[in-house]
Amino acid sequence: MAERLFTWTIWLSAALVAAALVWVIGDLVRLGMAHLSLDFLLSVPRDAGRSGGIGPILVSTVLIIGVTLAVALPLGLMAAVWLAEFTTRGNALGNAIRLSLDVMAGVPSIVFGLFGNAFFSIYLGMGFSILSGGLTLACMVLPVFIRTSEMGLAAVSDAWRHGASALGMTRSAAIWHILLPAASPAIGAGIMLGIGRATAETAALIFTSGYVDRMPESLLDSGRSLAVHIYDLSMNVTGGDAAAHAAALVLIALIVVFNLLAQWLTDRWLHRRLIA
Amino acid sequence: MILSRASSLYRWNIDRTLAPLLLLAGLLCTAILLLIVLFLSKEAWPVLANGGWRAFIADNGWYPREGLFGLLPMLAASLVVMLGAITLAAPVGLGCAIFLQFYSPPVLRRGFRLLLSLLAGMPSVVLGLWGLTVLVPLVARWQPPGTSLLTAILVLAMMIVPTMALAGAAALSLVPAEMISGAAALGMGPRSRILYVAVPAARRGMLSGVLLSMARALGETMVLLMVAGNVVQYPHGLLEPVRALTANIALEMAYATDLHRAGLFASGLLLTLLVLVLAGFAARSLRYG
Repeated sequence: MAERLFTWTIWLSAALVAAALVWVIGDLVRLGMAHLSLDFLLSVPRDAGRSGGIGPILVSTVLIIGVTLAVALPLGLMAAVWLAEFTTRGNALGNAIRLSLDVMAGVPSIVFGLFGNAFFSIYLGMGFSILSGGLTLACMVLPVFIRTSEMGLAAVSDAWRHGASALGMTRSAAIWHILLPAASPAIGAGIMLGIGRATAETAALIFTSGYVDRMPESLLDSGRSLAVHIYDLSMNVTGGDAAAHAAALVLIALIVVFNLLAQWLTDRWLHRRLIA
Repeated sequence: MILSRASSLYRWNIDRTLAPLLLLAGLLCTAILLLIVLFLSKEAWPVLANGGWRAFIADNGWYPREGLFGLLPMLAASLVVMLGAITLAAPVGLGCAIFLQFYSPPVLRRGFRLLLSLLAGMPSVVLGLWGLTVLVPLVARWQPPGTSLLTAILVLAMMIVPTMALAGAAALSLVPAEMISGAAALGMGPRSRILYVAVPAARRGMLSGVLLSMARALGETMVLLMVAGNVVQYPHGLLEPVRALTANIALEMAYATDLHRAGLFASGLLLTLLVLVLAGFAARSLRYG
């Protein structure tokens, strides 16, 4: 009897979580699907977003993520390579950098928003702009990206490093042609995590990239990201619910597409470098 | 690390330039953390200096324009919402972890994992939107206004369940199989094997998962901003609206100036401190148990 009860409880808790997800997605589709169309994706928002579309907002979102990746990818990859390939176990400097990254990973996103506002927007004079929003998000995603990539690199078997140096490759060449491609699944996972966080982020962007829903003309223009748009429609615009749900569907789709894209790119990179 | 001599085939030794360059990148990342601490402290300084932080505890209520900075009610709200969400999510998360590891048929396992990661990756603003348009009206039918401690706890619990389930499953998968088959050989049924052997053996990883979820719940802004009601008061009823520390920052940053702004930055520092203590304990529990 106790056994059966336990089995039921376990199945019930799994069913509960599945039901919750179905409930959420179902409601989003039910409330937002009617509003969704090609026109919605392309046109400019009218009447504070109640009608019209999300064209400029999509552009701002992509630009913000572009800035984030353009900064976080090279910087993060370089730091990860240094941590994985150029430190010995117990290296004090390496451990200090790791610790600071772990601390940074724990900082709440709203605090990154405060920092971005004080540093990028005001101190560096970028104002409310796509640039300061993207840079704030870059600071936010760096720690996760670095630690994931570092673990991927550390997991590559030492035999490959021995082989490379036996062939007389410079360490730079070994890193570029062998170690990075071998670690690319982990690096891809890190990119995926970073993009997912950056796309979903709202709190860090409200006071850095701002609210303006016009088409951005440069990176120094304020641009409203999709997540901020959803927040604004649901909290500050009465009658904006249908548009908010449609935007939420687009946001979820965007995250899924980014994930698939990163997966495909890393697969391709791995294939070309190692097998061909 | 492999130390290899540079190839003599290249005239320009790139390796010698590369290492310092990479180190510079690593140091730059560390500098960001220093900048964060520096700028938060700098902006919060007008309030923190001369013992002004005492106002956070002593002042009766949060009326920044009148110079009253009592943030204890919001701190209490943040903590109560977090504890409520953990209390709800922990048993369900544990159940899901056991399901993944011991009960799920192989066909379902992949799908269920996918489902958990989809829920984990759900943007918090989307969950907040759902809470606001679906859950709040449901609660309001029972007792208006609907935006309340209860809705915040429910939505937040949904948000952290996948984290706990995945951390729990990872911890359970590290329990040696001999331990479980040994328990079976002693005549223990599946329930006792799991509850009295596997779960205790995996408790470190699970505790760390719970602590990380607590940190995430405490730092969450959007859900609390959208469904908790944002009334500054001590939480004294499940159906009363409350305002969390994070939501307060998001609400007031837009128009805060001078001392008010400094107060918000100081509350951000406090929040960071709390979250870091939790994350520190999580790392510790993984390392030492």
